[in-house]
Amino acid sequence: MTTAYQPSQLQQERIAYRRRQTVLSAVVAAASTAVIGVLAAVAITGAPGWARVRRSFLDPAIALDALPDILHGLWLNVQLLFFCAIGALLVGLAIALLRTLRAPVFFPLRALAALYTYLLRGAPLLIVLYLLTFGVPGLRLKGTPPLLVLGGLALVIVYAAYLAEVFRAGIESVHPSQRAAARSLGLTYRQTMRHVVLPQAIRRVTPPMLNDLVALQKDVGLISLAGPIDAIRAAQIQTAETYNYTPYVVAGVLFVLLAIPLIAVTDWVTLRSARRQSAEAAL
Amino acid sequence: MNVLSCRALRKVFRGNVVLHDLDLEVAEHEVVVLIGASGSGKSTLLRCVNLLETVDDGTIHLDGEHITSPGVNPDRVRQRIGMVFQAFNLFPHLTVLDNVTLAPRRVHRQPRRDAEAAAMRLLDRVGLADKAREYPDRLSGGQQQRVAIVRALANSPRLILLDEVTSALDPELVGEVLSLIRELRADGTTMLIATHEMSFAREVADRVCFLDQGRILEQGTPQQVLGAPQQPRTQQFLERIIAAGRLP
Ligand SMILES: Nc1ncnc2c1ncn2[C@@H]1O[C@H](COP(=O)(O)OP(=O)(O)OP(=O)(O)O)[C@@H](O)[C@H]1O
Ligand SMILES: [Mg+2]
Repeated sequence: MTTAYQPSQLQQERIAYRRRQTVLSAVVAAASTAVIGVLAAVAITGAPGWARVRRSFLDPAIALDALPDILHGLWLNVQLLFFCAIGALLVGLAIALLRTLRAPVFFPLRALAALYTYLLRGAPLLIVLYLLTFGVPGLRLKGTPPLLVLGGLALVIVYAAYLAEVFRAGIESVHPSQRAAARSLGLTYRQTMRHVVLPQAIRRVTPPMLNDLVALQKDVGLISLAGPIDAIRAAQIQTAETYNYTPYVVAGVLFVLLAIPLIAVTDWVTLRSARRQSAEAAL
Repeated sequence: MNVLSCRALRKVFRGNVVLHDLDLEVAEHEVVVLIGASGSGKSTLLRCVNLLETVDDGTIHLDGEHITSPGVNPDRVRQRIGMVFQAFNLFPHLTVLDNVTLAPRRVHRQPRRDAEAAAMRLLDRVGLADKAREYPDRLSGGQQQRVAIVRALANSPRLILLDEVTSALDPELVGEVLSLIRELRADGTTMLIATHEMSFAREVADRVCFLDQGRILEQGTPQQVLGAPQQPRTQQFLERIIAAGRLP
């Protein structure tokens, strides 16, 4: 039988010391936060225009009134985000794969894919949105999809260009020896991509990929400029009725609340992958 | 008939002639060891045989089939040749078992259960059955290299190419990999091995080839090439190796 481990005198002193240090840091952090918070509150509420700003931006009655319509609009944003994210991920991945094809037959595809990423990363989203939602219906073609679909398409093609570059960076970061090993086993180019390169590439680029999705989640609100009644458009309508900006603040807060889970996941994944990489580097 | 037959091979990298008019035969069940200074073209020769590099002249035949002819599908050829690399090159996102069964399942279309049963038998043979569910980064270097050898064996290849499979290993881990190769030899596996381990070459080789500037300058039994080299350059090479303490 072994006797239970007893920390030595010295180790017990170390533990006690560390505990005191932890408590001390927490107290200092709390005190400094409180001081800064009070200073900021005094500065803002003491400002000469504070009363007016509070009335036109932070009116609780108007906020409550506007909430149902804005929430209704927000549901549209959520749906749009869902479909646009899936669309942009798929199109982006396809473009990235086209850009990695090396055989001469694929030259035209590869060139088009490269052109695509150049043009659409350069073009302002707003302009692509206007071209698709105002320009395309202007052609008066039969079977023109509804505005909402056209607006969603604008988001998809712009974000696919960014995501394509993220995926391509991931694909190129997988060491050539991994491909050599896969090919030496008799796997074809496609099998090598599917089972060896892409799984490693996507794992590595998950943090930047999620960051792009966080940005997409905000830009989904731009669809309001084309007419569909999403959360921001609903807030605009309410504002026009009441001459009060509170509905915008409500919409803004809802957007942030909606984004928090995705941002938290992004941070968590980023942290984890940074840890994994530093563990690899330590080997 | 020879398993492998290279005739008048030539390989050029940007004007640098790495393989010169090189001839090499490997018979069934034979173990041929390539030795030579760094940069003499050992890895390049192995990569050409596995069609990871395209040759710039000459021919390679595998079991009598001309595999460097234009219409040949390299994927089909590589299914019949196993290759093991200096840096193991295991797939880090797959478990040991999935590393081993990837090719049998995707290339040979074996059902998962059959592929896994066969893989477990092989892993058991090399004493790694208990590591089947681990990821490669949880294994020691010697264990990773044994998995890489098992992965190459799982395709039941006609020929195995081993490129300095012990040079990335700590000295105390070299032994376990070499004893696995000894076992493969005892089973009659046909192998073409590039190595810097002269004592191992002496023990395991049926024939040793000394490569110098992309040519096979001298070949023969280990006793002949390592014991009584005829060519001055072979003698120089071995003297340097002895001076470095690598040939006891
Ligand atoms: N992909 C490549 N591009 C250009 N040159 C290359 C390439 N691969 C190899 N070489 C050159 O070919 C020559 C032979 O290289 P190789 O790797 O075959 O030598 P080696 O005998 O395996 O050496 P080592 O014992 O160091 O592994 C070297 O001069 C090397 O620089
Ligand atoms: Mg080499």
